[in-house]
Amino acid sequence: MDVGGDTRRRLVVIGHGPAGHRLVEALRERDTAGAWQITVIGEETRPAYDRVALTSYLTEDAELAFPAHGPGVRLHTGDPVTGIDRAARTVTTASGAVVGYDALVLATGSSPFVPPVPGRDLPGVFVYRTIDDLDALRAHCAARPDAGGVVVGGGLLGLEAARALQGLGVDTHVVEVAPWLMPRQLDEGGGAMLRRHIESLGLTVHAGTPMAGLEAGPDGGVARVRLSDGSAIESSVVVFSAGIRPRDELARGCGLPVGERGGIVVDATCRTADPAVWAVGECALVDGQVYGLVGPCFTMAEVVADRLLAEATGGPGQAAFGGADTSTKLKLMGVDVASFGDPFADRAEGTLGVTYTDPVGGVYKKLVVSDDARTLLGGVLVGDATTYPTLRAYVGAELPGSPEQTLFGGTEPAGGDLPGATVICSCNNVSAETIRCSIRDEGLTDVAAVKGCTRAGSSCGSCVPLVKKLLDAELVAAGIEVSKAICEHFEHSRAELFDIVRVRRITTFTQLINEHGRGRGCDICKPAVASILASLGNGHILDGEQAALQDTNDHFLANLQKNGTYSVVPRIPGGEITPDKLIVIGEVARDFGLYTKITGGQRIDLFGARVDQLPQIWKRLVDAGFESGHAYGKALRTVKSCVGSTWCRFGVQDSVAMAIRLELRYRGLRAPHKLKSAVSGCARECAEAQSKDFGVIATERGWNLYLAGNGGMRPRHADLFASDLDDETLIRYIDRFLMFYIRTADRLQRTASWLEGLDGGIDYLREVIVEDRLGICAELDAAMERHVAAYSDEWRDTLADPDKLRRFVSFVNAPTVPDPSIAFAPERDQIKPVLLAGPQLEVVSR
Amino acid sequence: MTADVQTGPAHAVPAPTTTRWHEVCAYEDLLPERGACALLEGIQVAIFRTFDGELFALSNFDPFSGAYVIARGILGTRGGTPTVASPMYKQVFDLRTGRCLDDTEVALPTFGVRRTPAGRVEVAL
Ligand SMILES: Cc1cc2nc3c(=O)[nH]c(=O)nc-3n(C[C@H](O)[C@H](O)[C@H](O)COP(=O)(O)OP(=O)(O)OC[C@H]3O[C@@H](n4cnc5c(N)ncnc54)[C@H](O)[C@@H]3O)c2cc1C
Repeated sequence: MDVGGDTRRRLVVIGHGPAGHRLVEALRERDTAGAWQITVIGEETRPAYDRVALTSYLTEDAELAFPAHGPGVRLHTGDPVTGIDRAARTVTTASGAVVGYDALVLATGSSPFVPPVPGRDLPGVFVYRTIDDLDALRAHCAARPDAGGVVVGGGLLGLEAARALQGLGVDTHVVEVAPWLMPRQLDEGGGAMLRRHIESLGLTVHAGTPMAGLEAGPDGGVARVRLSDGSAIESSVVVFSAGIRPRDELARGCGLPVGERGGIVVDATCRTADPAVWAVGECALVDGQVYGLVGPCFTMAEVVADRLLAEATGGPGQAAFGGADTSTKLKLMGVDVASFGDPFADRAEGTLGVTYTDPVGGVYKKLVVSDDARTLLGGVLVGDATTYPTLRAYVGAELPGSPEQTLFGGTEPAGGDLPGATVICSCNNVSAETIRCSIRDEGLTDVAAVKGCTRAGSSCGSCVPLVKKLLDAELVAAGIEVSKAICEHFEHSRAELFDIVRVRRITTFTQLINEHGRGRGCDICKPAVASILASLGNGHILDGEQAALQDTNDHFLANLQKNGTYSVVPRIPGGEITPDKLIVIGEVARDFGLYTKITGGQRIDLFGARVDQLPQIWKRLVDAGFESGHAYGKALRTVKSCVGSTWCRFGVQDSVAMAIRLELRYRGLRAPHKLKSAVSGCARECAEAQSKDFGVIATERGWNLYLAGNGGMRPRHADLFASDLDDETLIRYIDRFLMFYIRTADRLQRTASWLEGLDGGIDYLREVIVEDRLGICAELDAAMERHVAAYSDEWRDTLADPDKLRRFVSFVNAPTVPDPSIAFAPERDQIKPVLLAGPQLEVVSR
Repeated sequence: MTADVQTGPAHAVPAPTTTRWHEVCAYEDLLPERGACALLEGIQVAIFRTFDGELFALSNFDPFSGAYVIARGILGTRGGTPTVASPMYKQVFDLRTGRCLDDTEVALPTFGVRRTPAGRVEVAL
């Protein structure tokens, strides 16, 4: 680990958790001159991941890794730092590496607090902090089906862990020493209401009873938890989630001041007593406080990035840590619990607490306001936290209505009224003003763009509804009617046009624009309408008037390339192909002099065909049994597969057969954008199904279905939609998903951004597709059946129609002359396109 | 593959001298709301027939991509202006003047075009 003979300043970051990761990203983003050379040393074996979402690793096998740092960052994992020599400015790792620094940042986070009770070291006792912890916990539980288990700690993390443990098949008890659950956030009334919700999930709660110790069974592992009242809970697994302790041992070891109850003492710029050493995240004691939420950790990381940058450029740093919002929301499916501001502010003089309890509905709400009942100071919501994002943002500001009105939900504050300084996203510390400015300055028009630009809503997501409100208010204020119009020719969104065409049974663009639009259309609405007509099944896409609507790709059933030639992609379902067919592709490519390349979708692309060659090429391919691969269409592309259980030693299902079945079912289906899919035969996921619009991963018992993933420019991991499905249910859900997407998405909107914009997200989608909440499943099923029944190969049909074939010429006045502007040069034994100089550009008017 | 760069004939637009009309095709050979390309004395001319039966002719060369593809664009209107959008990077051009509506610095050469009483399409070079 030699940092080289570089003259740049050396920054060493200890700890690659969320705080360390953010620090590096923030610095890299702004340090364009590369003043800092960054080395990160992490104890965990894997690079930083999203600890906030840790539980989803257990419940849905979520991929948690943060984006990798770009080039230039040295990342050294699996080797903890064991000592710091401040005089020599070096750190030493467990493996003996010594690394020098000019600036050192401690981002070592915290560790779970395990109270000193007898038996805490027994096998079967876990903490809940890292992916390794969860792997161990999962393995332990898998070997003990029907076990009982105890989670020690009834706070935010404890309840999350308890629910996850229950998900592993463990009959779970929660032991909380305080008289009620979530004592740091909830008052007694809220705690009591929460207990009812938690118990209704099937968890058993023991509150107000301290634990006496853990007792071993005959196998030497933990067997029961003894409470101080003498009672015992049989449990072969125990998870401690009883608070956290900052990891300040390195600071202590090198003589840096730490707080009485732990935490590395830093000033508002996050600098320790040693000017060359900083601390950020959960290990830092700033303002006399250690923060256990990711938002403040990110803020500290940003502050230090700013200061380091200033140091390198000689300018004064601006950023400082100014306290943080500690509002929290419990991330448990089905239990709405949130606290915001100071929920205990009503214990002080000069404040009022207003509570509302609905024992039947299980709702408890409390607002704490100033004694003039106007300024919101804090509050608690149990059983219904829909107003949480808005209320949280109002903390410290004047409420637009009375507390009663606010509690009863009558006048939920609108986004437009929020004071600019209110923090909307506390995870990423984004204020209302920042969001408004970026909407205005960058011309943002959708939530996904705001997320991308400001990071608001990109961590825990609880503020997304509020971001949407701000966006709408801002667009209205700017006089940009939140216009859904797809272009100047229609006032409708694509989804509305789809409904109009569907309900009124419109079959031509002319009819649609005459009755519902104006002008003569353009390159935006014409292909969009062509796609809608095709999705609803209106014959061949080159029939009659439809031909003129198509983008050049659809018009020539091939993909336009940079020199005006086209590429040809025959369908190879599931990526399975016989040697004979491979030979045909090779022969066609050779005979027509085409460039060949294997695509990412497991098929073969043939490049460099002139329009007049396309029918001849396709005649050869169709005769050999190929059909259109629709690479040119906003349609299903491919369903990739791994080789599956037929050949693979690890496969548990026949992924190839399923991929072929899916590809043949959805081939030719026109959609708002292209659709990609993949099927993996086991959890190793070799087909990369989680980056697809719909991905399928085999399980021992069937198939897991993942939806709305994306590779490309904005990668998104697909969400797990349903597990262990049989073949027929899998296909039914995909049918409905695709048809619902086709009906409701915007033009050129991939499923990933469609789902992100869908109110209620994946849960709502489940309600629509599984529970038929909208009562449209029968229609969606019928629409897909029509598609499957009506499918016919576009190229075969084109070859059989002389009228359509006549269009495949370069020149109307010289149908046999090849386009002389098309030229190629050799490269790596194939051709590459060469652009010739064009004519001079001048307006020739006659 | 050892061939040198294969080039076609030169593509410069000759300076307008005397106008000569060239017959291209039958009017019915052109699809409404679509274009076709004619090769006339080595020049590629994109000819369009709009929904109302009007004809327009522009250079087929797309200055933004350097490829000869304008004839394959989608027709439409912007405001009241009849337009064609390049199929490559989607810049929109005024069919009447050749001006690019997305970049006023750029314009395509235009050509005279007419439909003869016998239903033939002719382009002036
Ligand atoms: C299950 C769970 C759910 C959570 N949910 C939420 C939530 O909903 N909202 C929220 O705001 N927060 C939540 N949190 C808290 C959040 O995860 C933390 O605030 C955040 O991870 C703190 O980031 P950090 O980088 O400071 O510390 P950490 O995430 O602890 O990272 C520190 C890293 O430093 C490494 N390290 C320590 N010592 C050394 C050493 N000597 N050498 C090298 N490396 C070292 C550690 O191994 C670790 O990888 C949750 C936490 C958990 C466990």
